[in-house]
Amino acid sequence: MPSGLFHETYQSDERIFQTWFVKIWLIIFLLLLVLMPLFASKYMLSNMTEVGIAIIACHGLNLLTGFTGQISLGHAAFLGVGAYASSILLAHGIPFTAALPIAGAVTALIGMIFGIPSLRLRGLYLAMATIAAQFIIEFTIRRWDSLTGGVDGMFVEPGTIGPLHFNDRIHLYYMTFIMAVIATIVIKNIIRARSGRAFVAIRDRYLAAEVIGVNLFKYRLMSFAIASFFAGVAGALMAQYLEVITHESFTIHQSIDYLAMCIIGGLGHITGAFFGVGFWFILERILEVVTTTLISSYPDHITWFVSLREIVFGCVIIFFLIFEPDGLAARWRTIRAYWKLWPFSY
Amino acid sequence: MANEFLYFMQFLLSGLSIGSIYALVALGFVLIYKSTSILNLAQGEFLMVGAYICLSLTLDYGLGFFTSFMITMGFSVLLGLLVERMILRPLIGEPIISVIMVTLGLTYVLRGVVIMIWGNDIRQFNVFPEQPIDLWGVKLTYLYLWSMGVSLLLLSFFAIFFKYARTGIYMRAVADHQTAAQSMGISVKRIFAISWCIAAVVSSIGGILVGNIAGVGVDLSYIGLKVLPAVILGGLDSVLGAIIGGLVVGVLEFLSAGYLDPYMPAINEVFPFIVMVLVLMIKPYGLFGTEEIERV
Repeated sequence: MPSGLFHETYQSDERIFQTWFVKIWLIIFLLLLVLMPLFASKYMLSNMTEVGIAIIACHGLNLLTGFTGQISLGHAAFLGVGAYASSILLAHGIPFTAALPIAGAVTALIGMIFGIPSLRLRGLYLAMATIAAQFIIEFTIRRWDSLTGGVDGMFVEPGTIGPLHFNDRIHLYYMTFIMAVIATIVIKNIIRARSGRAFVAIRDRYLAAEVIGVNLFKYRLMSFAIASFFAGVAGALMAQYLEVITHESFTIHQSIDYLAMCIIGGLGHITGAFFGVGFWFILERILEVVTTTLISSYPDHITWFVSLREIVFGCVIIFFLIFEPDGLAARWRTIRAYWKLWPFSY
Repeated sequence: MANEFLYFMQFLLSGLSIGSIYALVALGFVLIYKSTSILNLAQGEFLMVGAYICLSLTLDYGLGFFTSFMITMGFSVLLGLLVERMILRPLIGEPIISVIMVTLGLTYVLRGVVIMIWGNDIRQFNVFPEQPIDLWGVKLTYLYLWSMGVSLLLLSFFAIFFKYARTGIYMRAVADHQTAAQSMGISVKRIFAISWCIAAVVSSIGGILVGNIAGVGVDLSYIGLKVLPAVILGGLDSVLGAIIGGLVVGVLEFLSAGYLDPYMPAINEVFPFIVMVLVLMIKPYGLFGTEEIERV
């Protein structure tokens, strides 16, 4: 009878649920989320929907930046592509069941176009290419009036899937929840398979990866495609959530925010997306409360507080990069390892 | 015919004067990249902070333009030193993404602080006389001439500085090979600090010039991103490239505004970025950048 967790086969080492303990807690957590609409307020639910959408987007970005090492500063633009693609399809009477995957596919295609330079570019240069992608896509959205409604934005027709009608917020919450779960399962399996090993190999030392037979171009492009597909799906859900979309929801600041969430959560950890997004949204809500209280108690100095959010988030980003570069996921792992053997850690 | 030529010259000269400002800011980028291999995406915020300080000293505190200009320069040196010491030095040796991201975090902080102090409005800042002068039919304001003059002066100063001044030669040595430079007795840390100072100073000069043209607002920081195409076109680690890239991008912006606008409105906003993507695909190391050659 082994006292502890010992893997004797590769299968057991790669199993998703390493212990029954993890499985039970996960099931309890998921059950709580399913039952949430019974006891949570509308405000809470809409926050949770936003969190779910951000988690899907961050899974994509984490795959691209965290696992493959391709820095992307244009992720929000790809969300925009997905949002507009799905809304345009819906406006033409195509059901949401079809519009969602098509939006994802269109975004994946555009992501691949901007991923082509990744064959020759690395690091800084790729970051620049993605900044250019951000600006070009944003410009296209803003100026292609006949298709996107230009600066005025466009109304989004609420979609329906089977019994779910997304003009009901609770239904949208369930849809986002289901998609986030699917996204997590998909990403976990991509990482466990050959493709995930190839991504990590490219990130760690791409020349060595090429030597051992990883087709660099294929896998880099694949990583771009998957990340953009996730962004497209998240964008389609975002469009449903926002009801009116304009180019202002998909600026470079959002792109930076998504990257920041991934870094805070931990690049290259699947749990990173959850930690990062959770941390970000909780901090944002706390700051909202703090700002409104401060403004109402010192109305003469409004300008001091309106930019509080930016300063705090900027400091948080810098702080994490300097003191906790591996993010909350790594910290979580150390804490868990510590408690596992507590109080007999020797 | 003559009219069309004048039309063209108008765009060309305006483009060259804006381009010379871009060249200044691009110089800041290149300096930091060359000596420390960091891409400073907060360059635009340096520019904005400089413009705001100079504006507020001149208009709110009633100092003379020259005095407030000098104070701004002093402050920029401090800002450069502070940022290098507090934020970038702990990250030496970290992966590129951390370094890029930390400068982006810095942009949030600087922008937030600027809004906190000066508010969100765009303010007019006119130091130079406004009436245009006539150059053989091409109308230019003094401001454009000034920015061209100041930028050219500074750029030639730095060209000479890198060639003959001791510190300039140290900086080139550090850029070339850090360990070798250190073993020759050059303090790499000092060189890093100096490059950040120079970058902050040149970009705040650029900020004051642009602020005079377009008004001082938070949007000034976009110049920092607009300069990226210039840097890429010229090559990330070439001073000459930064100058030529800046001028070319300025001219391209104005020419596209002049000639492509009827077909695609406001195309000049993204035209430099389209060029950047093309350059990245065809010649990623730019016109004068050092190519990294590796084969498997």
